[in-house]
Amino acid sequence: MINLHKDHKSLLTIIVFVFLGLSTLIAIIPAYNMQTKVTPLSKSTALTQSERNGLKTYISEGCVSCHTQQVRNIAMDNKWGDRPSIPSDYYYSKQRLSFFQQSPSVLGSERTGPDLTSVGTRQPSDDWHLLHLYNPRIVVKESVMPGYSWLFEKKKKSAVSENDIVLNVSKEFVNDKYAIIAKQEALDLVSYLKSLKQADLYAVPSPEFIPASTKKETVIISKGTGNLPNGEQLYMDKCASCHQLNGEGLGGAFPSLKGSPIVLDKNHDLMIQIILAGYDARSEYAVMPAFSDQLSDAEVAAITNHEKTSWGNNAQTISEEDVKKVREYLKTLNP
Amino acid sequence: MKKHFIIIISFLLFNSSSIIAQTEEINTDNWTSNPGIIGTIILGVILLAIFSLITVIKTKKALRTYHKINRLKNITSIEEDLLSLEIQEISQIIENRKKTEKVSLNEIEKNLAKPYTEQLINICSRLNHQNIEQILEERHKVLSYSLQQNELGSDKSPNDSKGMITYVNNDLGNPIYDDKRSKKIKLETDQELVKIVITYIGASAFWLFFGTLIGQYLGMKFVWPEMDSVSWLSFGRLRPVHTNTVFWGWASLAMIGLGYFVISRTSNQKIYSTKLAWRSFWLINATLVIGNICLMAGVNNGGGEYREYIWPVMLLFAIGLITTTINYYKTIASRTVKEIYISNWYILGACVWTIILSIIGYLPFTGLGETITQGYYMHQGVGMWFMTFTLGLVYYFLPSSLNKPIYSYSLGALAFWTQMLFYTLIGTHHFVFSPLPWWLQTVAIVFSGGMFIPVLAGTSNFLLTMKGSFKSIADSYVLPFLLVGVIFYFLGSMQGSFQAFRFTNYVWHFTDFNVAHSHLTMYGIISFLLWGCIYALLPNLTGYEPKQLNVGLHFWLAFIGLIIYTFSLMIGGTEKGLSWIEGEAFINSVKLMAPYWLWRAVGGSLMFISHIIFAINIYHIYKKWDANKIEKQ
Repeated sequence: MINLHKDHKSLLTIIVFVFLGLSTLIAIIPAYNMQTKVTPLSKSTALTQSERNGLKTYISEGCVSCHTQQVRNIAMDNKWGDRPSIPSDYYYSKQRLSFFQQSPSVLGSERTGPDLTSVGTRQPSDDWHLLHLYNPRIVVKESVMPGYSWLFEKKKKSAVSENDIVLNVSKEFVNDKYAIIAKQEALDLVSYLKSLKQADLYAVPSPEFIPASTKKETVIISKGTGNLPNGEQLYMDKCASCHQLNGEGLGGAFPSLKGSPIVLDKNHDLMIQIILAGYDARSEYAVMPAFSDQLSDAEVAAITNHEKTSWGNNAQTISEEDVKKVREYLKTLNP
Repeated sequence: MKKHFIIIISFLLFNSSSIIAQTEEINTDNWTSNPGIIGTIILGVILLAIFSLITVIKTKKALRTYHKINRLKNITSIEEDLLSLEIQEISQIIENRKKTEKVSLNEIEKNLAKPYTEQLINICSRLNHQNIEQILEERHKVLSYSLQQNELGSDKSPNDSKGMITYVNNDLGNPIYDDKRSKKIKLETDQELVKIVITYIGASAFWLFFGTLIGQYLGMKFVWPEMDSVSWLSFGRLRPVHTNTVFWGWASLAMIGLGYFVISRTSNQKIYSTKLAWRSFWLINATLVIGNICLMAGVNNGGGEYREYIWPVMLLFAIGLITTTINYYKTIASRTVKEIYISNWYILGACVWTIILSIIGYLPFTGLGETITQGYYMHQGVGMWFMTFTLGLVYYFLPSSLNKPIYSYSLGALAFWTQMLFYTLIGTHHFVFSPLPWWLQTVAIVFSGGMFIPVLAGTSNFLLTMKGSFKSIADSYVLPFLLVGVIFYFLGSMQGSFQAFRFTNYVWHFTDFNVAHSHLTMYGIISFLLWGCIYALLPNLTGYEPKQLNVGLHFWLAFIGLIIYTFSLMIGGTEKGLSWIEGEAFINSVKLMAPYWLWRAVGGSLMFISHIIFAINIYHIYKKWDANKIEKQ
């Protein structure tokens, strides 16, 4: 009989081999299976060179310590993606970064900032991303994210050339004589962030979210008016990062909704159309993305009503039906 | 063994009921009645209760001492002075007091006369004081008493010829801290080993200072995000500098240094090679310097927690660790006692397991394969390296500080084997609800529950060893650290197991609650236990002690700081999770954290100050030891 209290050789052998065995079962075999049995989704594409460079910056700046990229299969994560993340989603982004670097840990373990799984869908505007990277507090006042000013160059306005991408930063944040130019790293990082979208699963049934509560509907709707969800919360999530919480927007980047003729107009069709299909008619402002895929009719109606009745605005509210009509009208334009 | 078998079986039964619970639908309707939440709240309440109890006792004691000192200040000096008077003088006072009017001390002090004795007689004759009659009577009796020379049956005068009395204290003490028993027993130790241990501990104290300086700076960035705009100091780059420095710099160096002493002492053998010990010392320090510079320059391994150093840098650490392991093993192999003491099991286990897991952690998996190894590596890094090693050290330092054997040797062995079997399997509990395989998550959750066995075995073993010696704990400046460490071992680990359950994950995962948990464990358990071990060992090695006031300050600042730090983040983290479940806008969860982040920074500052004091204490001992060494030569 082996006496482990007296025989150091057997003790060492046992602890080495039992641990190795358990590790193989719990880490090496599952990891190997995950790596070899997972294929990319047909709709997803490999990262472009620029996106790949952006991912490298994303990793070297340690963005993963505050931002996750995983939509868990629980109800509260539904706002970060249409479906829970699946292993195939990570096929391209989790390749080895370089000879010296491992596959990037993009899943993350803490959500100090928002999840970025589908930030490309949520926020497709280059201008917003660049401003936000230069100093997050320009666009989101309460943000605690660091500014990444070293991804930008500060130039005298007279020295700016035609090819430079100039940021629309207000005087509050930079001296009038200077212009802020985005460096290539910043542009790459933005193109990586914009590439973050959930690929379609087509016919394959997507995994479902586990509901947080059996009383889910009543919990959320109780805060809204009538049968609509809470427009204020939706506005904060979807709109406030550009149009700001006070509805005043940012001069030179995002237009004000407070007292806006479009918002106050009795005929609400144009406003609903802009929300659903996006808008790029005014060169002095950044592009407004389309929200038809992200928001339901009820949600669009709730947001519209919030905008029509807040910050001193006092216009007639609309119903879910109104949105439905506009959506159907838009479908006839682009069948 | 039969008893332990029954314990295991009952735990497995207990766990199987929780497995069934795990597969039920998750529901937040009655989240406050969830067993995981209730368990955690109970643990929190226990922690606060223990903390308040200790604080109340201490404050009460301090106040009492303070009052006593004030009350006794005047009369004490008179009582003492009375001792110097002759019997005739006492008689004179008694006589005087019958005639004169009594007044207060202040009154008398206005017109003092000389010489001293006359003055005293004058004072005592007129002083209005409640006990003075009695004191004078007694003193008179004492002075007029004379022995018949045969009361004790001997004419010998008292004499402490055997040196039974080692410490005579005429000081009343002070209200802030107790006078702790001095540790003057110097162990005969090889001078080269002493040098190794002191150097490892000195370096670890430096890295603790540096690592928590960074941590404190990061904590302040949550309150003032625009403190700087230098790329090398940005949050994303500095965060891994903080974690890696306190991991590989502070805790690892301190553990390895203490490990050299424990292994050599319990094997009754000189360490195998001092040259190898120095070599691994420099390798580990080089890893930290190069690794931190890389991280600040934006070069990291891919963002996986605790393996942010790129592999060429971590290779230096691995070589240092392998060198250490060989050195430990050869020393144990050449021991002059038959038995391998339980501490050596833990230390040897920690070393070989960590070598294996570092290699697996750096294997080039891609896709979610990397995520599986990340969960495995990050959890084992804490559980197999820091926890296992530190427990090994406690199995030596706790009994040796109490001067009695460990309560149960077999409970120690049970905890060792269950630690290996269960801890290894629970890494994926960092990725509950993630796209990783559901079965892997379930295994991790179930064995997180299984971790109750080694934790309860370890805690009860330590507490039962302390049982009956609580007076020694109050008398010692070392044991409070160990006691707090053991309490946190119980609370922090149990809380960790609760947090792995699916429901608790639902509320707490991704929130600041995780940060609170990692500080409860890495700081509350590992750091407190290591400080206890260091304060226990250094005086024994060098013959010099740190200033007791400083040790007390270190203890209290660290303890209070940690309580503020963890509770603010646990409460804030819960509010954050509930805000997410409610479906509120994300920015709300950032705004609601603001006061909690401020409190975290306050707690962090206290912790950081305590580390400065710790470094001063180590330096204080080192300087005396170094000066003495030069004298000897």
